Amino acid sequence: MSSRTESRMVVGGREKLLELTLRWVVIVIAVAFALFPVVWIFSAAFNPTGNLANQTLIPQGVDSLDELLTNFRGLLVEDVDIHPFWNWLGNSIFVASITSVLTVLVAALSAYAFSRFRFAGRRNLLVLVLLIQVFPNMLAMVALFLILQQIGKLSEYIPQALPFLEGINWSFFSLFGLNSLGGLILVYMGGAMGINTWLMKGFFDSVPRDIDESAQVDGASHWQTFWMLIFPLVRPILAVVAILSFIGTINEFVLARVMLRDKTTWTLMVGLYNYVSDNFARDWGKFAAGALISATPIVILYIALQDQIVGGLTQGAVKG
Amino acid sequence: MSALSTNAGGPKGLPALISGQILKLIGLAILDAFGLLLFYAFWFSGNTALALIIAVITIGMNVVIFVPRLYPLRWMSPGLALMILLVIYPLLFTVSTAFTNYSDGHLFSKEQAIALHSKATFTPEDAPTYRFTPYVNKADPTDYALWLTREGDAGTEVIFAKEGEPLVVLEGVEPEPPEEYEGYRPLERRELVAALSVLETAQFGEEPNTVTVVSAARGVAARSLQRYVWNAELNGLEDRQTGLFYAADDETGSFIANKGRAEQQELQPGYWVGVGFNNFRRFVESPALRGPLVQVFVWTVAFAFFSVMTTFVAGLIMALVLNSPDIPGRKVIRSLLIIPYAIPGVISILVWKGMMNPNLGVLARSFGINPPWFSDPLWAKIGILLINLWLGYPYMMLICSGALQAIPTDIYEASSVDGANPWQRFWNITLPLLLVTVGPLLIASFTYNFNNFVVVEAFNKGGPPIPGTLTPAGYTDILISYTYRLAFGSGRGADYGLASAITIIIFAIVAGVTLLQFRFTGQWEEVSENV
Repeated sequence: MSSRTESRMVVGGREKLLELTLRWVVIVIAVAFALFPVVWIFSAAFNPTGNLANQTLIPQGVDSLDELLTNFRGLLVEDVDIHPFWNWLGNSIFVASITSVLTVLVAALSAYAFSRFRFAGRRNLLVLVLLIQVFPNMLAMVALFLILQQIGKLSEYIPQALPFLEGINWSFFSLFGLNSLGGLILVYMGGAMGINTWLMKGFFDSVPRDIDESAQVDGASHWQTFWMLIFPLVRPILAVVAILSFIGTINEFVLARVMLRDKTTWTLMVGLYNYVSDNFARDWGKFAAGALISATPIVILYIALQDQIVGGLTQGAVKG
Repeated sequence: MSALSTNAGGPKGLPALISGQILKLIGLAILDAFGLLLFYAFWFSGNTALALIIAVITIGMNVVIFVPRLYPLRWMSPGLALMILLVIYPLLFTVSTAFTNYSDGHLFSKEQAIALHSKATFTPEDAPTYRFTPYVNKADPTDYALWLTREGDAGTEVIFAKEGEPLVVLEGVEPEPPEEYEGYRPLERRELVAALSVLETAQFGEEPNTVTVVSAARGVAARSLQRYVWNAELNGLEDRQTGLFYAADDETGSFIANKGRAEQQELQPGYWVGVGFNNFRRFVESPALRGPLVQVFVWTVAFAFFSVMTTFVAGLIMALVLNSPDIPGRKVIRSLLIIPYAIPGVISILVWKGMMNPNLGVLARSFGINPPWFSDPLWAKIGILLINLWLGYPYMMLICSGALQAIPTDIYEASSVDGANPWQRFWNITLPLLLVTVGPLLIASFTYNFNNFVVVEAFNKGGPPIPGTLTPAGYTDILISYTYRLAFGSGRGADYGLASAITIIIFAIVAGVTLLQFRFTGQWEEVSENV
């Protein structure tokens, strides 16, 4: 080796060191930026003073574990009459689980038909489903609000329209009206149908058709082929879709806020939003406790599923 | 495989088939009964469009079940029904509402509004008066009734009047109030004081034939009359109390009376009417509407553009920084960096809002960063972009690192042989190749931020408000939040017609951008191939 190449290697090494240092500086800044609010909310949740103005990064004057949990006690026990946090938590879990499971099942039925049957108008229908999806159902919030309002009033309308049915209690319909979790679930399902049908059609397309053809030669009906063969095959990916739909539903705020008008029917996001906008400075600590309780499971789910999520995000982009 | 063929042929097959058929018919019958019920109830209550949608869904279900050729649609029927009711119908509704004056004060159809006004009553000066004895329902202490007597030429007229039920003229009974009548008993004197306020405001009888208490102290009640009477010939409501005539103006959906020379009086509520392109025209013609809308529109575009730009640049830098085998623990760092993306958006925004709180928040107290985030238009815009950067860069980082890994390494090798420096390599190779794959997602991100209601609403409700506007609007309001304020905003009344008109404008823009995205990526061709 000559001295020239040696000196070039030294220069290369120095450059490399500089580059690496630069990379780490950027990483440290980015991680600090990303995590600062997270650390801050952690600190706020355990800070016994509970208000915005006196919060310090390390909670001060804490003598016991009991004191550390002041905000949690306030949120979960003492304040539940004014801010029914348990209701919100329950409502969110209820709405999100039912929405995600039903969405996956109903969309899977449509997707299977699109994937396996050939019929007149199939193409147009598929394009229509995709086109409709361009119109976000949030934009139609006025219309959705009025639909749910009318569904809720069915218990008044039916006895008026058909007096002989007066004896029956029709208030069952208000379970799907305005200010009801059932109505919100319907709205979410309707909005998610198009995109999920498309997504799952892709999954079904990836299952070779030979499988169902051989089953049908053996005399299986379409339903049996779907339910006993294809569905179990795509179940893992459907589970991921269901979990993502679950997270998305929990996070949804706009429609929930428009449709749910009553403190006890609020979901977590609507509740937490109203909690803190009532009195920002005073309820800061309790809001932080609620935020921590709501966000932690979702963050864990997200990080656990990050590869699938990244796959879903980039599917359209990195294909070709 | 044996499990699959239980239903196929064999001696068991036929009964199973028949019972399946019966089950199907029973299910369909229940569905039809419900469909008919809903159709009739909606139709009767004036929700014609909703009734028709129910009819379409119900008939569609039947057709799909009975026509074997449509077997595939059976699979889709639940999904399609949901989409028709909750996506297509709202879309059509929004479009048609945009051409009406549907708003607070104009929520009813003309018939409904007339029926509503026809229920109003008044007590004329010379109305027949009665002496009354108050009664109360034994089972329900809030349900009152009146025992009414009136001396007439043909003897004493006796009426028993309950709330909300037709007046009953009693024939051949003693005028003396009985101890009990149809489950009602007379109010005792000590109960009377508490009941006074109710008795004096209640209407006994069924509108418009009611009796109201004139003087509880003297025990006098009077017969009320229907106040507004519809005159179909003159197309208006006669006010029998004041003698005014409220002409129905079918252009604006209002009942207007001329009172004196230049004075007009409107009877609320009016009714909704089609107004053609008026909602769209109002923006062009009214400067007080146009001003804020133009401002909101410009900010919407700027907000969406800068959001995409800042998050993309930050995300790309992080992807490039992490895209090196020399960084240990890349997976852990990436997991930490996507936390902002994983936290529910509403919560993150509220946390930021707390940190930015003037004087009290951590940015002000610990870092001395205390600009007027919430009261100054420019700082509010900077603040909202900063929060959106925090929320959005992990997404960009994820898609950029995916795209970076897809760029073949031999291109880089070839370029370094040609003597290109890293900077040149980035501008001439990495970025163009990256944009090919990430470009469509940037456009999607633009349309997403175009309608990013949550960040605007949760940060500052669109504020600070723009002064001197006809409709509530703020400096950080984007089109969708402005629409929300028009439709659900408190104070100045909801204007659904105007809100729907703006919704259509938003939809047109989003659809246009999406079309551009499809053109850009050839996704349409992809769609047609997959189809």
